[in-house]
Order: sequence, then structure tokens, then C-alpha cells
Amino acid sequence: MERDDTAVVGELVCPAGTPASLRTAVDAGADAVYCGFQNATNARNFPGLNFTPEEMKEAVAYAHARGAKVLLAANTFPPAGQTDLWKRAVDEATAFGIDAIIVADIGVAQYIHSQHPQQRIHLSVQAGAPSIEAIKYYCEEFGVKRVVLPRILTIPEISDLKRQIPCEIECFVFGNHGLMAEGRCSLTNYATGLSTNMDGVCSPAQDVHYEEDQDKNLTTKLGIYTIDCFSCTQSPGYPTICKGRYLTPRKEEGYYAFEEPISLNLARLLPELIKAGVNAFKIEGRQRSKSYVRDVVSSWRHAIDSVMAGDEVDLENLLALTEGGKQTQGAYATKRWR
Amino acid sequence: MQTQVTMGPLLFHWPAEDKRDFYFRIADEAPVGTVYLGEVICSKREPFFSKYHDQVAERLQKAGKTVVFASFAEVMTPRERKLTQALCEDQAYPVEANDASALYFLRGKQHRVGQYFNVYNEETLSRLAGNGAVHFSLSAELPKDVLSVLSDAAREQDVSLEVQVFGRMGLALSARCYHARACDRVKDNCRYACEADPDGMELKTLDGMPFLSINGIQTLSHTGVNLVQEIPEMMDMGISHFRLSPHTCDMVEVAKIFDDVIHGRKSPQDAVETFSEKDYGFPFSNGFYHKDRGYEWKQVA
Amino acid sequence: MSLSILNFAGSFGHTEERMALTRLLIGPVPLFVLQPVLHRIIRNIALRKPELFNRIGVHREKSFLIDPVNMPFALVLRPDPKSPSLRAYRRRHLPPVDATISGSFLTLMEMVDGRLDGDALFFSRALSVQGDTEAVVCLRNALDDMDGSVVEDAANLFGAPGRKILNGLRRIRQNGER
Repeated sequence: MERDDTAVVGELVCPAGTPASLRTAVDAGADAVYCGFQNATNARNFPGLNFTPEEMKEAVAYAHARGAKVLLAANTFPPAGQTDLWKRAVDEATAFGIDAIIVADIGVAQYIHSQHPQQRIHLSVQAGAPSIEAIKYYCEEFGVKRVVLPRILTIPEISDLKRQIPCEIECFVFGNHGLMAEGRCSLTNYATGLSTNMDGVCSPAQDVHYEEDQDKNLTTKLGIYTIDCFSCTQSPGYPTICKGRYLTPRKEEGYYAFEEPISLNLARLLPELIKAGVNAFKIEGRQRSKSYVRDVVSSWRHAIDSVMAGDEVDLENLLALTEGGKQTQGAYATKRWR
Repeated sequence: MQTQVTMGPLLFHWPAEDKRDFYFRIADEAPVGTVYLGEVICSKREPFFSKYHDQVAERLQKAGKTVVFASFAEVMTPRERKLTQALCEDQAYPVEANDASALYFLRGKQHRVGQYFNVYNEETLSRLAGNGAVHFSLSAELPKDVLSVLSDAAREQDVSLEVQVFGRMGLALSARCYHARACDRVKDNCRYACEADPDGMELKTLDGMPFLSINGIQTLSHTGVNLVQEIPEMMDMGISHFRLSPHTCDMVEVAKIFDDVIHGRKSPQDAVETFSEKDYGFPFSNGFYHKDRGYEWKQVA
Repeated sequence: MSLSILNFAGSFGHTEERMALTRLLIGPVPLFVLQPVLHRIIRNIALRKPELFNRIGVHREKSFLIDPVNMPFALVLRPDPKSPSLRAYRRRHLPPVDATISGSFLTLMEMVDGRLDGDALFFSRALSVQGDTEAVVCLRNALDDMDGSVVEDAANLFGAPGRKILNGLRRIRQNGER
């Protein structure tokens, strides 16, 4: 199989929701930073977040001057009749010298492949391609150079996959632990009328409400739906549908039907991930603050450097930054997670 | 292609004999043009019904219906990959691809693309048509302006479009089985917890509002889409296939109502009236089509 | 909390600084003394960081109640670039607002300054948000994009005493006080 021998090892890929975050990430030791434009072309289309074209251009210059890469997240699905917005994002980013474009939609991938054949394409986790053939499909059809894997595979499965696909692998190692297959979730649209795939939002803040009663019990709601309730001693989470508590005839009390509010932290598995052939480690969180970015990126820089040098790693100090103060190794550690 | 009602893949885990009898009745009584067989949601369910595949397919074909096999929405394990490859290479029946691994095997062959593979725009549609796709069943979340542009593209590419017009809408998929989780099990030892819920397991919010419906690794809407009022508008766009997603309610009767509307024997308003006279197991919604919250129901004047 | 600020203020050498800090933080300071100070702070931000308002976008005409729960007053921010305003109110005389962010004074100060993560704070329940959540998220994101320190800029407006107060507050913060 054709393989790129210059493939990277241990690349640290970090999130940036704002230009200040991007500079923070680069300064804290990120090898690559991913970010998006201020519109529906990216899957974190949140108010006050993301980059204007001018800011993107400056961001690329800032990163390149310091030896870091910038990746554009153009990973939503353009609705028919509106593809120009995505094409413009691709054209502009390419003109700015962006290092890769992260895509999910076949139409967007085809546009880059045909109009900007030199532009490196990464397959977004939003494309939902966890199997050998699915990944090969995108590699062979659109020249994809790297796949971002969904957080559903065990390390032996990743290792097996890596041997049989012609591209690099990027894995999420820290941050929000999404449960639903990315790119195939309309839960938010069902509750709010805004689509994760087309509008780039998940639990949009405009539909989020926190209601506190006199006893300091907190109810979190998305639109008309109650997502969770917390007593005064409990830590609330952001109301995403897949992190909520619900009632079912099978259970006597409300339960986390999908997953508890918990964050992914694979620090301890880092040596095994490197052995499995994972090329790049991705930190989730373009919606988080630059102080979060600074703390997480510098900790992970240190961790990766330690593993590369054969030393022990520990990232317990990141616990305060995890959702609800809880962490998991999710599917990576055991099949029993499924 | 002739405008028709279709019977989409049965998403739930019904006992194999119930499923066989369901399809026999569809073959004998339902005015549908195409029936989609094949397990879409969970590969662990697949062995139960496969022994009846040929028998059912034959009866449906004898009744003049086109039989299509749908592939898994999620392909991960070696077994799922092998089954997907066999389905696509065998070509005993036309195949509807629901993930990229099926598309990998179907390139260059005539095939269909299913609801679980994202076709949101004209360029994706054209690109897939270039690889042999001739028919597209679209995601439930697409609003009418998007459907309209896709219809123009479909006409240009000489391919046909299908929209789900009845039944609970698949909103999300996961690698984790939520039926097993509700029974404190995991997917590998699920003991088919999903079999107890032939229309899905209800999830209510903590304050008691029905919200979602669990079907193994799939999360469906509590409401069921019903686009009977929108049929004429979609026919004007050029959409030719209208999918019913099977439930335990009387699907033959549902098919007849839709078929009557398609052929002008019944007005959409009368059809709404008919639907309102009976309980189908879920309230109706048409929000997505009207670019609204999915659960909304709008009476179209 | 207010007690520890008193103790801390007591550790300052100069009487006038101690007085200033005490008056500023625990009152009862007459609000008319505070208003020009706040006005100067917001004008300064508007002059030095105009990009802040671009990022706030459609929410620039909204009003935000910033409520330090352990202070005798609350602040109302209107980030309208044409006439930005930041005013102090007694809690019994609050005007109607679009959104409320409440937490301890130090928590709010650190968050405004991008030194603490809003999400992490919320998960730990040190911060609570009511009303127009989208506007709050947007304001937080916009503040987060500002380089340097808004709080330091504000402190610098008041010269050496201002910086000294800030350093003192940060020391309390570092010692685990919320």
C-alpha cells in the first residue's frame, strides 16, 4: 500500500475559538491549531466565536512564523442552494496558506479536490468514517491525507485500522466526550429548529435556559425540554441532549440515558496510542476560553514530550477543567463502554 | 420513475415471524411500489430474519413490488464489514447504501443512497450520481427549500428522490446501545433488550414530557413525521418516492391513505382528518419540512 | 469573604490605600463616587479594544447585570460602541436587564480577565447565568479574545494604588479564595 513516510508523529492539535486563543495555543506549544470562520461552515458556529477572513490571515501568519500549522474546520454540510459560503471559506483559507482543511461533506471535499488539488484535506470526525473501507473511500475519491477518528474505537481496533488505511490518524484525547455519531445527529434540530449539520450548532445558547428555584435547585432546559436538574450541591453541565437525564419505563428514577456529563482524558493511554500508530492528538474545545487552552495545551505539550522521552505522564491537574469534574477513557480502554 | 409510496426498512427488532408476517401482508395488501428489506440498525439482530429473506422477497416481487436491500447505518466490526461487502458484491437485489463503506464497494455499480448517508446538497448528489447512485432517500431534517434545490439537481442528473413521510424520525446514531444501557447491560451482552419495544423505548424529560424514543444504538423522535399535507408540493418539485417507516400501527391502512393522496383520490385535508380519527402510537410532526423545530405540527391550509 | 478582604486590606502599610480599598470593596461607598470610576474604565476599554464590540455583534445593545454576590452593589454593562456604559446599582434598585451573571467578585474579575475558564467555572457552580444565555456566551467569548488584561488596564488607570489593590486581590485569589 502506498504510504507517506514523512507522516508526522505525536502532533498536538489544539482548538482556538478566537485569535487570542490561537496565539495562546501556539505559544503554549501546539503543533497545529484548528479554527473556523464566523459562519455555518464550521461545527462550532457559536456567538462571539471564530475568525473573520482578516483574522484568519493574521492567524496563519502568526502560527507559521512560529513553526505551527493552522487547520480550517469547514466540517458542516452545506444545504442545497447555499454551497457558495463553503466554497468561499475554502478559497479564502487556501489563499491564506492554511495547512489543511477539515471536511465532512462530499460536495466540499470534491470542490477542494478539483479546484485546489494541492490543498491538504483532513476528514472530519463529522464524516463518521470509523471503518477501513469508509476511510479508504474518502482517501481514494478525494485524496484525504488524514482521518479524525470518532471516539468509539478501542486501541487494538485503531492499531488494526492504521495498518490497513493509506492515511494518517488523528484521535481525540481530551475534552468533551460526544456520544452520538458525529455528523449524523439531528437532536438539536429537533428541539430548537437549528441544525448541527447545516448550521454548525449543538444546543445553541439562545435556546438554553437555567432555572434556579428558592432552594438553589437548578433546572437546565433546551427549548421546551428539561435536560437535567441539579440540587444545590451538584455541579451542573451545559444542557446538551445526549448528556441529559431522562425517565424511562425501565428505570424507577431519572437516569443518564446516553452518558453522564464526563470528559475524555487519555493521558494515561498516550504511550499505547503512539504505539498504535496515531499520528496526531486532538484536544476538543473551540468554545472554551484561552485560559483553558493555555492550561490544557501546555499540560499536553509536556505529556507528549515526556512520553517521547520515555517518561511517566500524569494529567490529574486537568480534572478541574473537565465537565462535571469527571473524566473517562471512554471507548478507547474497553469494548464494554459500548 | 412512477410516483409511489415505499415501505422503508423496519428499524425495530421484531420477532422474526412477526416481521415475516408483516411483509407478507404488505405484499398482499399494501399499495406500495418498493419495499426495503435488510437490518439497518444493529448487526446483532441480523441473523434472526435472514432465513426469511428469500421467502419474503419472493412474495413481494410476485406482488409486483421492487425489493431493495438496505445496508447498515454503522459499520465498525469485522463482521459488519464482511456482511456489508457481501451485500454490495452479491447484487442479488438492488442495494441502498447507508454508510461510506457500502459506497466503497458500490462504486461503478448502479445503487441507491439511504437516509443515513448525508446528502445535503446538489454537489454531493452529483458526485455520488457520477459513481452510480440512481436514487436518493434523504435525511429527515431537510427543509423544503433544500428539497426543492435537490429536486432540480436530481432532474439534471436523471436520478430520483425519496422523502420519509410517515413514522418516527431517526435523529441520532451511536456506537453505544442505549437499550442495553437502560437494562444495565452493555452491547456485547445486551440479550436483545430492544425486542420488548417494537416502536422504540420512550424517554421522557424529568418533568414528564415525552421527548425521544430509543431503538438500540439509534435515537428516534417521540413524534412521528407525517407529511401527507405536503405531498402535492413535493410532487410539484419532482419528488417521486414517499417513504413510510414501519411501526406496529396498521401500515397497510397508512399506505392506502398516502396512495390515495398521491393519486388524487383523497385530498390532503381529508387525509389529515382520517389520521386524526385514530391513535397511531405517536403524535404527528412536520417541523423539519417547514424549517421549524422538528416536533412541531403545522396544519397546512 | 468580605472579612478576608478586610484582613488583607489591613496588611497594607499606608492608611489611605487601606481606606480606598476598603471603601471600594465593601462600602457603604456612595454610588456617585463609583460611577465616574466605572465610566472611565468602560471608556478606556472602548478606546483600546474596539474589536470587542465587533465580536459582541448583535448583542451589543443588550444589558448585562454583573452581580458580585458578596459586594454591596451590582454592575450593569451596556457594550454599545456608540455609548458604552458600566454603572453600579444597589440591588433593590436594579433596572431590567437581558442577562445576569453572578458569582463572587474575585471569580467574576478573573473570568472577565480570561484568567479562568467560564465553562469550568460553571461546571463547579461558582458562576451562574440567567436570562439571555446566548448574549452571555457571546460576551464571554468576546472578552476572551482580548489580549492583555482588562483588569490590569483598569487598575493602571488609577496608577500605583490601583496596581497594588489588584495584586492584593490576585494574591487572595491564588490562596484559594473564591
